[in-house]
Order: sequence, then C-alpha cells, then structure tokens
Amino acid sequence: MAALLEVEHLRIEFPTRRGTLVAVDDISLQIAEGEVLGVVGESGAGKSLTGTAIIGLLEPPGRIAAGEIRLMGRRIDNLPYEEMRKIRGKQIGAVFQDPLTSLNPLYSVGRQLVETIQTHTDMSPTQARTRALELLHEVGIPAAERRIDHYPHQFSGGMRQRVVIALALCVNPKLVIADEPTTALDVSIQAQIIALLKRLCRDHGTAIMLITHDMGVIAETADRVAVMYAGRIAEIGPVRSVIKEAKHPYSHGLMGSIPKINDEKERLDQIEGSMPRLTEIPPGCAFNPRCPHVFDRCRVERPELLDTGVTQASCWLYAHG
Amino acid sequence: MAKPLVKVAGLSRYFDVSAPWLNRVLDGQPRLMLRAVDGIDFEINKGETLALVGESGCGKSTVARLVVGLYRPSTGSIVFDGVDMAGLGGRAEMAPIRRRLQMIFQDPYASLNPRWRVSAIVSEPIRAFNLIKDEAAIVARVGQLLRQVGLSPVDGEKYPHEFSGGQRQRISIARALSSQPEFLVCDEPTSALDVSVQAQILNLMKDLQRQLGLTYLFISHNLAVVRHIADRVGVMYLGRLAEIGPKSTVFSLPRHPYTRMLLDTIPDLDMTGRQRTPVAGEVPNPINPPSGCAFHPRCPFANDRCRSERPEPKLNDTGSITACHAVEEGRLPAGPLTAAA
Repeated sequence: MAALLEVEHLRIEFPTRRGTLVAVDDISLQIAEGEVLGVVGESGAGKSLTGTAIIGLLEPPGRIAAGEIRLMGRRIDNLPYEEMRKIRGKQIGAVFQDPLTSLNPLYSVGRQLVETIQTHTDMSPTQARTRALELLHEVGIPAAERRIDHYPHQFSGGMRQRVVIALALCVNPKLVIADEPTTALDVSIQAQIIALLKRLCRDHGTAIMLITHDMGVIAETADRVAVMYAGRIAEIGPVRSVIKEAKHPYSHGLMGSIPKINDEKERLDQIEGSMPRLTEIPPGCAFNPRCPHVFDRCRVERPELLDTGVTQASCWLYAHG
Repeated sequence: MAKPLVKVAGLSRYFDVSAPWLNRVLDGQPRLMLRAVDGIDFEINKGETLALVGESGCGKSTVARLVVGLYRPSTGSIVFDGVDMAGLGGRAEMAPIRRRLQMIFQDPYASLNPRWRVSAIVSEPIRAFNLIKDEAAIVARVGQLLRQVGLSPVDGEKYPHEFSGGQRQRISIARALSSQPEFLVCDEPTSALDVSVQAQILNLMKDLQRQLGLTYLFISHNLAVVRHIADRVGVMYLGRLAEIGPKSTVFSLPRHPYTRMLLDTIPDLDMTGRQRTPVAGEVPNPINPPSGCAFHPRCPFANDRCRSERPEPKLNDTGSITACHAVEEGRLPAGPLTAAA
C-alpha cells in the first residue's frame, strides 16, 4: 500500500547561543491510509516536535534542518506559508492536548466550524452550518441545535475536546495529528474521546498519528507504534509486538515500568537514571549510559533502525549477519 | 487489631463560592456552598497505604489538605494517634503533631523554593522543629537523607533547577522524611513524572515504607498506580466515598457501579484491540450536585430511591464498604458491567 505520509531523515534543530540543539535527529516513518500510528516517549523525546513539523507549525527558532516530509507523494516541508495553510485543515487535521487553548474563546463553536468549512470548501453559509450541525451530532454533543451557538467556556473539558475533534475532521482530512488528545481529561472521559476518535477515523478512513505518553491509550488504539528516545526512534513496529516483546532495551524497560491493573508485581522494573538533556546527549547510542546490555560499540557508533524480526529497533544487539 | 493511626469520621469541607455581598443583596442571589468533601469516613492503620482515587473535582486533594491540617474541616473529626486535630486550637497545640505528618506534593517544580540550596530545603523541617541543634550533625543528617532517596550528599550544594523532575521529587521526599514523620500524605506524587521515572519513585516509596514503617495516604487518579502501591483503596465521587476496601477486593470484586465503570474504562496494555464500552456522561458540578446518590445520572441501575435518598456506606460480604442502594438491595447483576452504555 502506498504511504499516505512519509517522513524521511527528519532533523529538527534549535540554534542557541551555546550551539545548536538537535531535538529530533534523523527520524523516518510512514503512515499508510487509514492507519493509526502511535508515537510514545517521555517528555523531551521529540514526539510533539515531529507532529508540529508535519503540520508545518514549528515555531522559530526551531527549524527543519534536514530531511523531507511528503504527503501523498507531494513534498510539504518546504511549502510557502499560504500553500501550507491550504493543506493544514483540509488534508491534515490537528487535535491538541488542551481543548481550551485550541478554540477561540470569542467565537461560538458554530462560527468556528463554519469558518473552517468555508475556508476549505465552497459551501454556502447555510450549507456550512448544516454540515457543522451534522458534525456536532457525529461527535456526540447532546442538543447540538442549541449548543452550536454556545461559546467554548460553556462546554466541559470532554465536550470541548469533542468540538476540537469536529473541527479537525470537518473537511474530511486524510490525516489527523492528535497530540496528547486525552491527557488533560479524566479517565472516564478519556475512554469516550478515544472511542470517538477511533470510530470517526474508521468511518472516514482517516489516518491518525497519535502522540501520547500513555501506553494504555496506544495499546488500545494504534496499529503500529514508534517509541522515541532523545530525538530518535528507538523501536517501531506493530503495537502488539512492541508491547509484548519489545526488542530495544529502552522500550523493554519502559513496558516493565508501567504499573498494570491486572498485575500483582511487588516492584516495578525500573530504568536507572533519566533521559539526557539535549545538551548532553552521549555519543553513540543515546541510551547507552542507562542500558543494561551496553557494550563497546554502543558508546561510539550510533545504531540505525535494524530489523529484529517483527519490529525494527535501533540497537546494536540486532546487528548480526 | 491495633488502633488505627489515623481515623477520619464524618469529615466535610465546604467552600463558600457565593458572589460578593453587594451582588447578593442587589440581585437577590443566595449563598452558594461548594461541598468539596461531604461526609467521609476512613481509617488508616500503622504501616499501611490507603489510596484515594477519583476524577478531578471529586475532593481527593481536599481530603489530603484536611488531613495534614492545611484546611480546617467544616464538620467531622480527624483523629491522629488519639488526638483530634479538628479540636486543636493554635499553632502551639498543632506543633507536636505537625512533626509527625508530612506532605509530598504533585508538582516538584512548584514545591521547592528555587532560591534555596537543596541542603537548606531538606534541613528546613529539622530547623523548624528544632530537632538537631548541632550544625555539623544537621549536615550529616541531610547527607544521610539524600543518600536514602537515591541522591548523593554533594547534591545538597546544588539548586533545584539543576535537577530533573524525578530527582526533584526525590528531594521533596527527603524533605518530608527529615522530621522523621510517621505519616506521609502524598498528593499525586508521580502524576507530573514520566513513566520510567514514576516507576523509580514508586519503588523508592515502597522501600522507604518498609524500612521506616511509614504510613501513607496516597492520592491519585491513576488506578494502575494505586493498585501497585496501596493496601486499601477508597474510590471518591463528588465529595463522597463510593467504595472503600482492601485493594484485592476493590479491584477484583468491585461492587459500586462507579468503581466498576472506572475499572472498565482504563486502557490497559493487555487489552490490545479490545472494544471498551465508555460510560456516558461527565462528573456533575459539585456546586449543584444531583439529589440522592450523586452518581445516579450516570448509573445504569439507578431507580427512584437512588434519585431521592442518599445511600449510606454499608459493609459488604466481600469486606469492602459501599454506598449504593443497588448493592444493598442486591439488584446489581454480577459479572462485568458491559451493559453500561
């Protein structure tokens, strides 16, 4: 199947007075049509930056220093601002963590939906409003006819996130970048939002890049998952394989450190230390100071993604043959 | 059984959220009271961990603050080792108890003074309670505390910004331990941390509990974390305890529909691809809670009695205490709660 989104050797840098920080270092990934790719990692691993780079919202001084991003074969990382604006919303939708900051507090949700729909299609105002109503129904907002004229502050957190999802999906984009869509919500609401996102994307055939630190959400939603560490992909593969039999020592440790609801383990597995700051990423494999299986090669040479059977891991343990 | 270390009975805390006096008079608005905590009872035995779980706004953090004395209860009592803290007057009477209980906060970035060296932060309780007079002995004690939480004594010379989130939480724990408390109230101590760091802190807290015989009140919204750390679990909903009991009972034989719903909704690693039935609705506004049982608008088993009469906590045959009419009357179906849509 042809990839919908291809990211190749993406590198994101932040020039600072004390030298250049490499926040995302040589990332390559593909998302197929209708596929859900989960991206997990600890804070600072570069997962959100990868998402923002794809929708072209990277804030200066951050910049794409190398690599390419292609959507349906068309290169989008070097498009002028106005061109990118047309793609954003129409072909790529976005759902962010905090639904309150992604909605304009001064406009009613209906007006925001109508505006987005009219920007990307040639619908008349009446048609756009009908479409907006349909969308609000679809995302499960009760009494949508009345709620369409309400302002964001009149909605609860879960309802706001539903509105944001409606906005992201209003012109049937091919891809939705969902950056921590449920982190700000309570568990019972989280489940509702995840179920909604999953159902809508299945119905519309939309692919999702789901960025989160919550492995449980990924386990439930994603088809494949990429585990990021210090700006690089540590492991990428089908979600079940990564969870059950992670090959990279980091993803393996990460899975063991998650408390599980059905597990009576006395102690959690722990990875000693913490992720290095961007200023002090060690040479070789970035994980080497914390890795239980480290050997000489890890300290000098940086591993590329290697085939481990089902998944791909950037670890020298799999460099045989 | 030994006498419980902490015994909370009928504890409530109301906050006045009325409009200013002038607006009330001019617009004829009534006074508005937010019942953040509305009549809860629990006991914590020595050396045990009680965890309170619930969604935001259910009052779990307010309970934590009440128990350490940061808020005064509106009604009810908090008996710590035989002394009712609600009845204590001023600072002087509180002081001997204050040393014996300490708190760990959620945000390790906000709870450490950025202008103080770590050694000053950790030694503050020692100085405040005048536990050690000799300066050299204080330095030695701080070094020992830092080692105990997995840091090095030389870290005492640094400032908080030089540490990562997990290390800062270790500093908070060292500070809490410095007055040699028996009881620690932990308000979401790992929620701001990444999972691999969270595992380190949870393991550390368990080790310290074993070594020092600590008693924990652990507040969290994360059921998996609670399952890992707690001995007993209380599930809160809108200022009340829906269910409280031994961890194994609450997790394997949950009785209250809300507990079942919560357990049903947590995404888990083993459930890859499984279809969950999310429960409809959201937590109501605590200023204007539903009548009767606060959970009735979201409960699939609610009947007229649930809508009008507030359920009292009742001991089940399984050993947990549940406040639910449906459980009491035995009209709850056994098995998983998949019918709740």
